[in-house]
Amino acid sequence: MSARFRRLVETDRPQVSLTIDGVGVTALAGDTLMVAMLTNGDALRSSEFSDLEPTDGRRAGFCLMGACQDCWVWTAQGERLRACSTPVQGGMEISTHQPEATWATIA
Amino acid sequence: MGNHRVIIVGAGPAGVRAASAVVRAGLRPIVIDEAARAGGQIYRRPPENFQRDHEALYGTEAARARAIHEDFAALVPHIDYRPETLVWNVAEGHVWAAHEGETQAIPYDALIVCSGASDRVAPIKGWQAAGCYSLGGAQIALKAQGCAIGHRVIFLGSGPLLYLAAAQYVKAGAEVAAVLDTSPFWLRVKAAPKLAAMPELLWQGVKLLRDLKRAGVPVLTGVTPVEIEGDTQSGVSGVTVRHKGAVKHFAGDAVAMGWHVKPEAQIADLARATFAFDEATRQWLPQTDADGRAGNALYLGGDGARVLGARSAEVTGELAAMAALADLGLSVDADRRRWLLAEKANYANFAKGLAQAFPWPHELVAAIPDEAIVCRCEAVTAATLRASVNTAHAQEANRAKAFSRVGMGRCQGRYCGHASTEIIAAARSVSLEKTGRLRGQAPVKPIPVSLKRNDL
Amino acid sequence: MTQIHQSDVAIIGGGLMGCSAALFLRQRGMSVTLLETDKVGRQASGTNFGNVRRQGRPIFQLPLANRAIRIWRDSPQLLGSDVEYLQSGHIRVCFRDRPENIGKMEDYAALAREEGLDLELLSANALREKFPWLGPDVLAGSYSATDGHANPRLAAPAFARAAARLGASIVEDTKIVHAEKVGEDFRLTAEDGRQFAAPILLITAGAWAGKIAGWFGEEIPLTPRAPTMSVTEPVPYAIAPAVGVMTPDEVETVYFRQVARGNIVLGGSTRAQSYPDDYRSYVLPQNTMTQFQHLRRLAPALANLQVIRVWSGIEGYTDDALPIMGPSAKVSGLFHAFGFSGSGFQIGPGVGETMAELIATGATDIPLEHYAVTRFAK
Repeated sequence: MSARFRRLVETDRPQVSLTIDGVGVTALAGDTLMVAMLTNGDALRSSEFSDLEPTDGRRAGFCLMGACQDCWVWTAQGERLRACSTPVQGGMEISTHQPEATWATIA
Repeated sequence: MGNHRVIIVGAGPAGVRAASAVVRAGLRPIVIDEAARAGGQIYRRPPENFQRDHEALYGTEAARARAIHEDFAALVPHIDYRPETLVWNVAEGHVWAAHEGETQAIPYDALIVCSGASDRVAPIKGWQAAGCYSLGGAQIALKAQGCAIGHRVIFLGSGPLLYLAAAQYVKAGAEVAAVLDTSPFWLRVKAAPKLAAMPELLWQGVKLLRDLKRAGVPVLTGVTPVEIEGDTQSGVSGVTVRHKGAVKHFAGDAVAMGWHVKPEAQIADLARATFAFDEATRQWLPQTDADGRAGNALYLGGDGARVLGARSAEVTGELAAMAALADLGLSVDADRRRWLLAEKANYANFAKGLAQAFPWPHELVAAIPDEAIVCRCEAVTAATLRASVNTAHAQEANRAKAFSRVGMGRCQGRYCGHASTEIIAAARSVSLEKTGRLRGQAPVKPIPVSLKRNDL
Repeated sequence: MTQIHQSDVAIIGGGLMGCSAALFLRQRGMSVTLLETDKVGRQASGTNFGNVRRQGRPIFQLPLANRAIRIWRDSPQLLGSDVEYLQSGHIRVCFRDRPENIGKMEDYAALAREEGLDLELLSANALREKFPWLGPDVLAGSYSATDGHANPRLAAPAFARAAARLGASIVEDTKIVHAEKVGEDFRLTAEDGRQFAAPILLITAGAWAGKIAGWFGEEIPLTPRAPTMSVTEPVPYAIAPAVGVMTPDEVETVYFRQVARGNIVLGGSTRAQSYPDDYRSYVLPQNTMTQFQHLRRLAPALANLQVIRVWSGIEGYTDDALPIMGPSAKVSGLFHAFGFSGSGFQIGPGVGETMAELIATGATDIPLEHYAVTRFAK
């Protein structure tokens, strides 16, 4: 899967390891979670409504300033994180797919 | 006297200048900001371990940005600074602020809200595809994270930000496929007298256009967007527009779209500001007097009150603080106030010119095809919205929302509200003003059910 | 001379009671004019939690609730639109610190069964096997498979549109400021001077009805209250039944339901004051925080979800939390159906059908003695 975002500058930073959909990837310290995800892949999540609206599918955020709320992602632990305003941390386990009904029993 | 409780929301240029004024008057304001570092959006700072200097980050605005950042740093020992804190509600003379899963009700005698702005976006068929971003978002990716939003970016919209963001991308080495402006060029000519109120800004605009053309970026004005092409899995693949009677297609994997910015007025709304319809920009704006008083101990400064740009935000932030101080019985410098008001008038004139030169494309919005998604959060199409008017007889924005769900999603109408009222007004053949505006409710942004009070 | 708009029945108040009565009256061939100050269904009818539950109602109310449930099930055909009615069940739980509620649940279930409502009592283990998201403090629960929920924003407007298609006059943006009986007719005057007349008047004006009944000598004290409502972002569908708590404590009386699209509607805990004269209600943030606290206890997994909006409305409460339903005791041709005290949504269509039957035929099988207007007479 190709990366959506393209790093242009500021690449001299320590690496951070996280998993996305169970796959180990690396990002750079200081990345937002959104940048960590989109420099390793091309989407953050899927629309909740693609069965109702088939033209709506994968999403990758929109405003990057915490206004649009398009970039909320699920962690493997059932938590919700707003990717554009959350600094990436080592050890994060992120899913880009809906957790199905398991979110209700994880806690 | 020094016991007056002043809260300032926002640490962008307006909030910083407001804080300076309040501190100068001998008070210790609480300054609440959502971000980790002060600066707002235009002067947004990357994390501390990033290396680009102010010139690289802010270009022509480097000196202003540096001043804001350094002045705020000098203020910190004199204020109660609350970064990474969300104001999610205002009620009964208290600001409700959330930080790291906990919230508290903070009382105030004066509330100065400098909440800034967010992009004003016209929905285009296909804009829900992964790879579409606002112009502000495209800028933040570059400024705050050193990234381009894609490998071949199409810039679509209107306003000075369209050209600025595209030129910044070119300068940083990103590939820009095209700059597509929905405003016809002749509007700029017509607005030139007003734009000449700020000759430096006008000249900057000319230079940006020159930089783009030198880089070989196609710049088209007066375009009619037809569609953002994309795939539900892989996202954006290009943009189709009509231009001078011909259909033109640009391939790309990212779209940066926006038509200027609009105030983030949610806190003002909760604090019971009155809103009035502004015909020139076709939107509802919170009402203040010339100094920024909105009533009920509420003061508004910066783009969060009325969009006049970052430079003006410094002026109106200080004016709002001075009004608050005066109302608390503290003396203010009348000469300084007169100078600030004169500056504000200049910016207001320029802003009028910008609105004329780069108008919100309301006819395009009203004509959006039925199958296009209007509300991104809830994936609601124009057809569903129009049916709420035509079949369920919704006559205004809130009723249409109740029936169609437009505006019911996570962003609570930030990115669909303006467009939806244009579509409703056109479907009913009534004025936009008659269609009203979406009623604001808490929380200003989403809060988790885990949120706990720590002030009981 | 002002033209007087005449019909067989005039209805003041366009909530669920008034709109459903308008539809059923039209079905019985009577001409109807419904007068609504704002837009139909804007207040309590449109802002409530949306529970369509029989469980938990007073036993004597179950015949009315049974009548209503038949209408809810038939609503797509009856109304020609979808009000998102889902028969996905309802559970009422009690907490460990009040074990006496188990006995109360058993007593209620026995009586309810006689009225045709079958409830399944579940102990903690059985409850958590079926509904694993319930918190550890939950002791036992009563499950009603045939209860459910619907979308309050859509319901009253859908009834109004169906009534209008049958020829009812649904008159919005019309505040009735004066009403009196003149000869055989009730004469209503709107704020803008328009006049309406009918030999029968039905008052379904919610929190404003007590004052209107007072125009005819039957003032009913109503306390206007504001529910604390919240809704989450959409999340994967996991919770089928609507969930509530059996407890005497208002603060821990919380409830939630997940809609088909995935959002979870949260309600309950402390209500705030509302201001019917200004048509405003405000959610107090401290009440939202208390609501969250008690919801976390009821279903811990809710803690991770993001709430995207709060709202409130204006509900009219009588002193005994039971409605006023039935004929006026003072003026012939005058009927009342208001004061549903935050519990009117499920029975709403049944109320409309019953009032239409009463008005059209002079009688109804539904027992109304508990709702008599005279119980508040001095």
